[in-house]
Amino acid sequence: MTLEEAQGYVLLATLATPLVTAAILVLIPSQYRMAHRYLSLAAGAVMLGLSVYVFAAYQVGHDPIQMTLRWPWVENVAFLGEKGVSLYLGVDGISALLTLLNGIVAFGGILVSWKIDYRPKDFFILYLVLLTGVYGTFFSLDLFFFFFFYELAVVPLYLLIGVWGSTRKEYGALKLTLYLVAGSVLIWIGIFAVVREAGLGTFSLPALWEAGQSGALSPAFQKTFFPFFAVGCGVLAGLWPFHTWSPDGHMSAPTAVSMVHAGVLMKLGAFGIIRLGIQILPEGAEFWMPTLLVLGTIGAVYGAVGALTQRDFKLISGYSSVSHMGYVLMGLGTLNAVAMTGAVLQMFSHGVMTALVFLLIGAIYDQAHTRDMKDFGGVAKVMPLWVIGYVIAGLANVGLPGLSGFTAEFHIFVGTFRSYPVFGALGVLAAAFAAAYMLRLFSIVFFGPLNPRWASLRDARPVEVISGGLLILSILAMGLYWAPFVDRVSETVLVLPGVTN
Amino acid sequence: MRDYSLFVPEYIAAGAAIAIVAIELIWPRLRKDVLAYLMAAVSLGWLAASLAYLGRDPKEFMGVLVVDDFTTYFRALAAGIVFVTCLLSAQYLRRRTREASEYYGLLLTAGAGMSLMAAARELLTAYLALELLSFSLYILVGFFRRDLKSNEASLKYVLLGGFASAMLLYGISLLYGLTGNTTYDAVAEALANRSGDTDVAAIAAFVLIIAGLGFKVSAVPFHTWAPDAYTGAPVPITAFLSTASKAAGFALILRLFTNAFHTDPEEWRWLVAVVAALTIVFGNLVAIQQTNFRRLIAYSSIGQVGYMLVPVAALGYGDGEIAHAATAALLLHLTGYIISTLAAFSAFQAAYDRTGDDTIPGLRGLAETQPFLAMVITISLFSFAGLPVFAGFATKLFMFQASALPELMWLVGIAVAASFVSLYYYLMVMRQMYLFDPPEGASRFRVTPALWAAAAALMLGTIFVGAYPQPLFDAADGAASALFQEGAAPHQVRER
Repeated sequence: MTLEEAQGYVLLATLATPLVTAAILVLIPSQYRMAHRYLSLAAGAVMLGLSVYVFAAYQVGHDPIQMTLRWPWVENVAFLGEKGVSLYLGVDGISALLTLLNGIVAFGGILVSWKIDYRPKDFFILYLVLLTGVYGTFFSLDLFFFFFFYELAVVPLYLLIGVWGSTRKEYGALKLTLYLVAGSVLIWIGIFAVVREAGLGTFSLPALWEAGQSGALSPAFQKTFFPFFAVGCGVLAGLWPFHTWSPDGHMSAPTAVSMVHAGVLMKLGAFGIIRLGIQILPEGAEFWMPTLLVLGTIGAVYGAVGALTQRDFKLISGYSSVSHMGYVLMGLGTLNAVAMTGAVLQMFSHGVMTALVFLLIGAIYDQAHTRDMKDFGGVAKVMPLWVIGYVIAGLANVGLPGLSGFTAEFHIFVGTFRSYPVFGALGVLAAAFAAAYMLRLFSIVFFGPLNPRWASLRDARPVEVISGGLLILSILAMGLYWAPFVDRVSETVLVLPGVTN
Repeated sequence: MRDYSLFVPEYIAAGAAIAIVAIELIWPRLRKDVLAYLMAAVSLGWLAASLAYLGRDPKEFMGVLVVDDFTTYFRALAAGIVFVTCLLSAQYLRRRTREASEYYGLLLTAGAGMSLMAAARELLTAYLALELLSFSLYILVGFFRRDLKSNEASLKYVLLGGFASAMLLYGISLLYGLTGNTTYDAVAEALANRSGDTDVAAIAAFVLIIAGLGFKVSAVPFHTWAPDAYTGAPVPITAFLSTASKAAGFALILRLFTNAFHTDPEEWRWLVAVVAALTIVFGNLVAIQQTNFRRLIAYSSIGQVGYMLVPVAALGYGDGEIAHAATAALLLHLTGYIISTLAAFSAFQAAYDRTGDDTIPGLRGLAETQPFLAMVITISLFSFAGLPVFAGFATKLFMFQASALPELMWLVGIAVAASFVSLYYYLMVMRQMYLFDPPEGASRFRVTPALWAAAAALMLGTIFVGAYPQPLFDAADGAASALFQEGAAPHQVRER
């Protein structure tokens, strides 16, 4: 067995860990609550370890796609030819980074879900299925399985939010599910059109990329169907004006689900735009990208302004997520190598930062049962650790040098200024709004006189300190030593079709 | 050639149908569930006998029936559906009636009718087979003579069914006038060579035949009987109606359209596409408003029929290769749909036996009182909606992919959008089961072993088809190949 094959099995193991654990949990009766928790935690630790390995073992300077593994699944039947559909796994620099992100956020999410008392068995099963979907989407080099896992990540959300959520949970769960599935409808149609038009009898993504870049898919076709992928995936990425599910969904979701959802799932959308839109339909991408750039910029500014007007912690973070995903789409929209690298870095940066924020919001909501920031004041006096964590996340959000947000946004702005100075300027404006809403929150909630009602608040508990610490470490790592991140991403971005250096 | 050995499975079914009536006459005190298990065993024998024909060369019986892999595929499906229906009926019927033998006998004849519909290669034989199925079902739907709703359902079904049969026969007679023959091969050849001045008659014949067959599979606008029949019939018969009756209809449609009508596609393909679009949109939109679980499934299955008509339309728009792929994908999806539907009904039956309530709010809190049933229902509904891991995702994706011709992209778009709508009403069922607490006084309950085993096996089947469709897809492809063999389907299309 070569190293490449062995590493392919590592990907398979990463994918199988949550799925197999979920299957085992189904078989353990629900009264063994601790067994469910420890097993899930063990799975989370294994996933974290494997994710770190995938990221570290990705070799810069080799083929962009590494660790491939291919198992035929359905072939030589009806319209499917040789290798029609195969479980074809592999990572490039972009998905290696996002895999790491998923490992970190998933582990943190399992830790903070420790306190879930209502039907913990069902919760962990659905949560692990969700994680399987996320890993699978990042690893799939087959269009069928890409969409399979993409949908698998969406399926459990309705129940996760509807059963374990808070504040208007049924409304939030239904709205989110319907929006995301409506986006999927567009992706389905795009898939049917692309596979039929390519006429290869296969769903293999590298084969379809080849077809898109060699001209087998006509420019007119590419221009017609690019919006199906861009909008379909864009819904999940919080693309303005299809973002409205996002603040509501985040507000309703339980802590761990908010973490994975804002932290990783929204990135699936942006990742889908790269994988399906830019890579299969490069000419369509070139044609439509200015539109995406405009929508992304509107999202960035709109989200930041929206966050300024909100009082609920989770809504502030929800709108802030829309704003940050706006940066990501803006960066992708330039088709400029530097800005696109920044966009991918921003996916990671926003992922860890927003997961940290939702973790901390969960920690205070569990005690205070309110998330209205006007109710608070002087919390720094009773919850110093909590406040430190929040400040780090907030400053990363604003883009303070030394934290991950700076590395990412700097790349985006530099790249955008080169091609579209006006939009670069608007992006910086949105960052200024971000500073405003964060500092407003800091001053109202953390400082000032302590409201005696909150004198008994306890500081962050050990589980929160561990998972929060891991997230803070990631924020610092990317902010202070960004070479390993930038190398992996920029190299992959440069080989994407249509990207200018 | 009269080779009577071709019909051993039908002999078993019909023989057992007669024998069971005799058995009940001789031993009237025999427990009714014993009869059910006896017939379940018979249908296993029927299944085995059907599979014995697998892979043999196709053999014709006097030019009107043919036993090939396509026939075998539907014989096996019929036996399987009857088997599950017998299991579902065992306790349900035992509690409600004192004479059950006719019920099981009719189930078997209905199954035999389904096999013959798949085997028919001649219009009148196909019609007779279809009526064998329909007459058995008319009686089964109204089997509870003292139940008003059951009576109403049966009456409505008979009246509308008679009307549909009349249309079908009228269409067949027009077609006979046009072509001078009723065997599929001869019809195909005559259609390929007919002159241009018979266009109107040809269109009229196709419209009437599609209307008649549309009734049998409950396509809009010929669906009005379905919701009432589904609600009034005994619960296991509802399961049988939504699986066997549709599968049989598609068996007939597939052989007829690929072996007789394929030489003249321009006159009917638009009509199938329009009926498909109407069925998809109407079935899914009306399903949203339903409060009764059985009516919900009735409308959702109407929507499902619409999806399955998409590849039938593709038969008319594509060449032989595309038609072959579309047929194979349709057979795959149909089978996945049957397995999921039977899973849903096994679980629903178990819950209904306990609560006696067939409304959707009647399932309130099922996740607390019987988590296993809630899981099975959820999985089947997710499979209907086409969510991954479950059968519906892979089969629907393959079916639409096979039908995604440039001329039909609009229809595929409607179908995919409608699947999205369908998720909404499936979520409304899940909301009752998972998001709400059970009503006061409801406690955990046990499920009878037969139902539990049926539900578990069908649930695993739903997951298996979704997780690894290759074996079933191969089987479906083999069955489809039988329709496209050399000689079975000449591919010269009528010149205009």
